This record gives sequence, structure tokens and C-alpha cells, in this order.
Amino acid sequence: MYEYWEQIHAFISQPWPWWMGGITIGSTLFLLLYFGKEFGLSANLRIMCAADGAGDFADFFNFDWGKQGWNLMVALGAMFGGYIAANYFGGDGTAHISQSAVHTLNQIAGSDILTYGEVPIVPGKDVINRDIVINPFWNLYSWGSLFTLRGAIIIIGGGFLIGFGSRYAGGCTSGHAISGLADLQMPSLVAVIGFFTGGLIMTWLILPYILRIPF
Amino acid sequence: MRLFKYMAVGFMFGFGMWKLEAISFFRIIEMFHFESFHMYGIITTGVILGLAITQLFKRGKVKTVEGIVHQFNDKDKTWWRYILGGIIFGMGWALTGVCSGMMFVLMGSGYTVFAVFIASAMLGTFAYGYFRKVLPH
Repeated sequence: MYEYWEQIHAFISQPWPWWMGGITIGSTLFLLLYFGKEFGLSANLRIMCAADGAGDFADFFNFDWGKQGWNLMVALGAMFGGYIAANYFGGDGTAHISQSAVHTLNQIAGSDILTYGEVPIVPGKDVINRDIVINPFWNLYSWGSLFTLRGAIIIIGGGFLIGFGSRYAGGCTSGHAISGLADLQMPSLVAVIGFFTGGLIMTWLILPYILRIPF
Repeated sequence: MRLFKYMAVGFMFGFGMWKLEAISFFRIIEMFHFESFHMYGIITTGVILGLAITQLFKRGKVKTVEGIVHQFNDKDKTWWRYILGGIIFGMGWALTGVCSGMMFVLMGSGYTVFAVFIASAMLGTFAYGYFRKVLPH
């Protein structure tokens, strides 16, 4: 019995190919529609604001958020999913990005910090201490980084833009790029073009300079 | 327990997104530099399968668990909010390498600093709600 488990564990732990995205996203969408709901994770931010009493300040938060508890459960489940995947099925904990992407990242950093095949999955210390060393330059997802200017811009600034932009646009990657496009909604296509425009502006014109802030 | 099934769906989604490396900042940078098909493959297969699934539900071939045909709401046909909001969201997405679903996945996997990220995202959402009336939609 244990042997089988070993095999299954090794099978799941290997890096997933891109087409598994269709299966993961497709089954998530299918199940939520089957339960009579819709797939859109950024709505949780509005629910959390409303639950914290934001309705006293803006009518936008005066809605029956108690009925939206299911969406918070999806978010909670996603947290558990991340925990189990990272800790028990993480494989070697690397992101299998292309050689040219490694080159680009090293160009941004100004030195050859990352090696092809050994790029950690996220720019932060490995939470389960596999043998991956992260250079301080890329140690962004840490509390220490939060108290540097560039880390603060990335964590606090990024969060603010995500929260503001997703509600302004009426959805995020799950609500517009998946649910909306799958329903052939023109506004969603416009929003997704917006996502990419903003992403390209940030990645090419702004992010390299933020990452190079030395403090 | 009624809500447990939603947690199971979220679990599957979060687990998959981690294994697909969609939570990886490096993958996002790679995507915006057009240096791999990976992320585009994830989104495209998701949308293609999603299209088929949505049509099944729209045409009533598959009914919801309560036995009714799911009602889809058309999005408002205005444009400024999608253009401006989309660009702002995209900038945040590329700045941290995280979108609103992935922040929960990363928080759960042990990067506790994402508590600050989520708090900041709530502040952003609140700011939108507060200034909603003066923003062009």
C-alpha cells in the first residue's frame, strides 16, 4: 500500500504541464456553476471590507455579504491548497522557467543571481527549507523585505493596486479572464486587454527600477 | 458543512495553481516578456474549456444542483471602468506577481507577509468604494 502512495505522491509532485491549467480551471468553473455560483475571487475583498463595517463609509459596501460566505470558503480552500501543495507536493520547489527568462531576470538584477533549472518558485525564502538558497535581491516575500523601500512598494503598493483595480474593473483574472471570456463578454475582453497593458507597462517600464532600489 | 464543498473547490484550485507555478512571480515576469508559452497555455486551455462549460450551462444542458438553469448576468456595457481598472489591476499584478486569487494561495503556503498584502488590497478596494462616485465608469 505504501509503495502505491509513494508512486502517487511522486506523480503529483512533478511539475504540471500547462494543459493541466485547463483541467484545474475548467473543473473549478464547472463545480461553482453547478453549485449555482460564479467564479471570481476578488469579490472576497469587497466582502471582507463589508464585513469589517466599510458600509458605514460607502454605499458600495452595503450589500448582503452574509450570503457571500461561500466565496470566502473558496478563498480559504485555496489557502489550504497552497499549504498542502507547497509542503507535501512541492517537488524540488523550483519554477521551471525558460532559459531566456532566467537571462532577463539576471539582467534586471544586474548580476547572474539565478541559474537555469534552480530558480525558486517564488521570490522569497523557501518556507519548508528545501535546499534552495535565495539571494537577498529576490527575497521579496518576507517580513524583512517589507521594511525596505522596494519591498514595501512591492507588497503594499501591489496589494493596493490589485484591490483598487479589480473592483474598479469589476473583476480580476478569475472573474474577467476566465468567467467573463468564457461567457464571451465584450467588457471582459476589454478588461483583459487592460490587464495586459498595465502588466506590460509595469514589467517593462517600472518594475526594473523598483527592483533596483538599493534599500 | 453546507459550505464545505466550496472549500474543496478552492482547495483544488489553490493546489493546482501552485503546481502549475501560476503563483510564481518569475512565471509572471516571463509571461510579460513573452518568453514561454506556459502561462498562456494555462489561460487559453482554461478559457476554451470554460467556454464549453459555460455554453452547457447557458443552454440548460447541465442544470445546477438545485435543478434550475443558471442565470448569467451580462456585464454593463460601459468602457472606462474596464480600461482604467484593468490597467491599474494589471500594474499591480505585474508589480507583485500576484493576483487576487494567488494572494490567498501564497498566504496559506506560509508566506505570512501576504497578510499585509491582503490588508493593503482591502484598503484598495475600500478606496474604490469610497471614491466610486467621482471615478469615470
